[in-house]
Amino acid sequence: MSCCAAGSEGALDIEQAHHRLASSEELWLASRDLGEGLRQTDLSVPAVHCGACITTIEGALKALPVVERARVNLSTKRVSIVWKEEVAGERTDPADLVSAIAATGYEAHLFSTAGEPNDELRNQLIRAVAVSGFASVNIMLLSISVWSGAEAATRDLFHWISALIAAPALIYAGRFFYQSAWHALKHGRTNMDVPIALAITLSYAVSLWETIHHGAHAWFDATVSLLFFLLIGRTLDHLMRDRARSAITGLARLSPRGAMVLTGETGREYRPVDEIRIGDRIAVAAGDRIPVDGTVRSGSSDLDVSIVNGESAPRAVGPGDSLQAGTLSLTGSLVVEASAMARNSFLAEVIALMEAAEGGRARYRRIADRAAQYYSPAVHLLALLTFLGWGFYGGDWKHALLVAITVLIITCPCALGLAVPVVQVVAAGRLFRNGVMVKDGSAMERLAEIDTVVFDKTGTLTVGRPRLVNRGEVDERNLVTAAALGAHSRHPLSAALARFASGPAPALGDVRELPGAGLEAQTAEGVYRLGSRRFACSADDGDAAAEGKSEVVLSRDGCELETFRFEDMLRPGAANAVSTLAAMGHRAAILSGDRPAVVAVLARRLGIARWEGGLTPKEKAESCGRMAGEGHRVLMVGDGINDAPALAAAHVSMAPATAADIGRQAADFVFMHESLRAVPFAIDTARRAGRLIRENFALAIGYNVIAVPIAIAGHVTPLVAAIAMSTSSIVVVANALRLNWLSGAGPEQAGRDVAPGTSEVRLAS
Amino acid sequence: MNTLVFLIPIALLLGGLGLAAFLWSLKSGQYEDLDGAAWRALNDDDDRPGPQSLHR
Repeated sequence: MSCCAAGSEGALDIEQAHHRLASSEELWLASRDLGEGLRQTDLSVPAVHCGACITTIEGALKALPVVERARVNLSTKRVSIVWKEEVAGERTDPADLVSAIAATGYEAHLFSTAGEPNDELRNQLIRAVAVSGFASVNIMLLSISVWSGAEAATRDLFHWISALIAAPALIYAGRFFYQSAWHALKHGRTNMDVPIALAITLSYAVSLWETIHHGAHAWFDATVSLLFFLLIGRTLDHLMRDRARSAITGLARLSPRGAMVLTGETGREYRPVDEIRIGDRIAVAAGDRIPVDGTVRSGSSDLDVSIVNGESAPRAVGPGDSLQAGTLSLTGSLVVEASAMARNSFLAEVIALMEAAEGGRARYRRIADRAAQYYSPAVHLLALLTFLGWGFYGGDWKHALLVAITVLIITCPCALGLAVPVVQVVAAGRLFRNGVMVKDGSAMERLAEIDTVVFDKTGTLTVGRPRLVNRGEVDERNLVTAAALGAHSRHPLSAALARFASGPAPALGDVRELPGAGLEAQTAEGVYRLGSRRFACSADDGDAAAEGKSEVVLSRDGCELETFRFEDMLRPGAANAVSTLAAMGHRAAILSGDRPAVVAVLARRLGIARWEGGLTPKEKAESCGRMAGEGHRVLMVGDGINDAPALAAAHVSMAPATAADIGRQAADFVFMHESLRAVPFAIDTARRAGRLIRENFALAIGYNVIAVPIAIAGHVTPLVAAIAMSTSSIVVVANALRLNWLSGAGPEQAGRDVAPGTSEVRLAS
Repeated sequence: MNTLVFLIPIALLLGGLGLAAFLWSLKSGQYEDLDGAAWRALNDDDDRPGPQSLHR
């Protein structure tokens, strides 16, 4: 069992990883209802790599009473869990599932898998590939005996059998091309599928005619193997298609559906958010989200404003402060006076920004589509000219038709149809093995074009979680006391302290939380206070806040016992990634919602010249748009909800797996491992893939340059066509596979990112 | 020529069997987890037949 990720790399990951586990609310919404009180949740577990991992995770999950079935899929590194909605009358908290996995030392992330596990079209395509593969192999066998010189009667018999096999295969497997071609023609357009549909239909018709008239040449083998190769390309292409994104609906989910409105002196009424008018007073309890923009009338609290600025540090608010919709009140109750309607509130603005930005990205045209735009008219024209040329020149219109059809068969974009998808699938596989998920094939094309990389600060360049800096200096007893106190609060600094709880917790009696200040406990030894220096010792804050560092003070009866200092730490590989990007010739920039002074310190440390701080989500998206306006292609790397509009607005985007749900969905790439070196690695892979795609196009076109004149001259027999088509396809596929062979700067450079599934680890088990 | 009368149907039948076997294995979800299956063969903690696959 020692081989498992919980060992070598896992230990590091647990320490560093950012266990921002998915909330139970998110999990409920993401789970699928299977009926009969059962639900299914699919989680991504990037660290699984061996049999022991499977046993550990499945064992841990099956030990829970709520779990009906659990199965780890090692290929996709996911676990699907079927769980009961209630056990013994108690509603299940799906967060228990995630924490059960976390307890075994594996990180689990939530992925919205809408329609992914049972992709009907994918299965149809694979079945069509199987059927056309079967047909082409059998027809090819018959053709070979014909080519080797079968006598006339046998040849006719073989042609008839081929015709019988080809017809159903053509209808069953060719329907994708017919449908697509028909669809294009109906709208007065032409696409790659029009010449394909024409070529397979015409070649079948001519072959049948030849067979009926005891002709020597039939093209059934070419027809069906053409279909086979094209379907392989089509299937791979489908696997790389953009998955439907639901980032916007995810964002809308963050806004509460209703709020408690105070009417008159004592009345309380629960109203839907849409019916809240400006001036209404709303009661917000601890743990609630603010429903609409407003101003605090009474009460105080610590507010989680990560949706606005991406920071984990909460903001203390009191009467008179203004609040944005969607932010979360952590510690206290507030009475808020609404200052905007729900549809004009902050959250609605962010949603509108994302809608606008996502529309912009849809305008990108994939390389294959751009190629098809020129390719198919050229092919049609060539075939038509050949037909007319031979007709007028030779006067034999039947022969002219035959030659024109061979031109269509020969030019059929077999290699061209495989050129792009094979490379993208190989590249996506390589990225996946190194912990980067690709959500969309066209994203890889866009990633290869970028020249500027824009980072978010908190959660992207830094881990976004406070870390105790002076762990070695503090007294263990004080730490235990502070941890026990901290467990009573949702404040991130308290939560960070609470992780140090060990052994029996000291008796603390009654613990009170004072919003915006800290925690207080009455004990026999005196009054313990944990919080800001001003609160704990009634002294000044000093300059800790100015330096961008945060501290928590533990005091007894007003005397300082201990100061805990926290700092956000750099994400591993951040400095390395930034310098690698600079070496690759990319400009780097930081766009952050945090205070400018803090951003400046970080930018200096990483050597990034261009930075902006204190940005709202809207300004981030605008800043991305401005760089695009200057002619730059921007890669946005960010994690927060506040980055989502910028992620959608950028040319291409990446998010860590620890990102907020919305950030992950808005991004084109998601990197699973902790290190930021995934960014240069992904860019490098995308570049290589782009180069291979261009090479493949060159090969496919080179093949046409040789083959087309032969076809136009009328020298192409079925044997020549079969050899030419297969060779060109094989060459293109082999070229794409070079991406794996030439992995020079690949996994080594990515260092620790490599999934620990390598041979020496397996030997150790 | 006479042997062909037997051989070709036999060849097609065998090929068809292969195709049917592939389609069946695809349908029953045997390609869902290629790496995991290799490891599961080594698991010896549970001799009972496992629960049915989660994937349809």
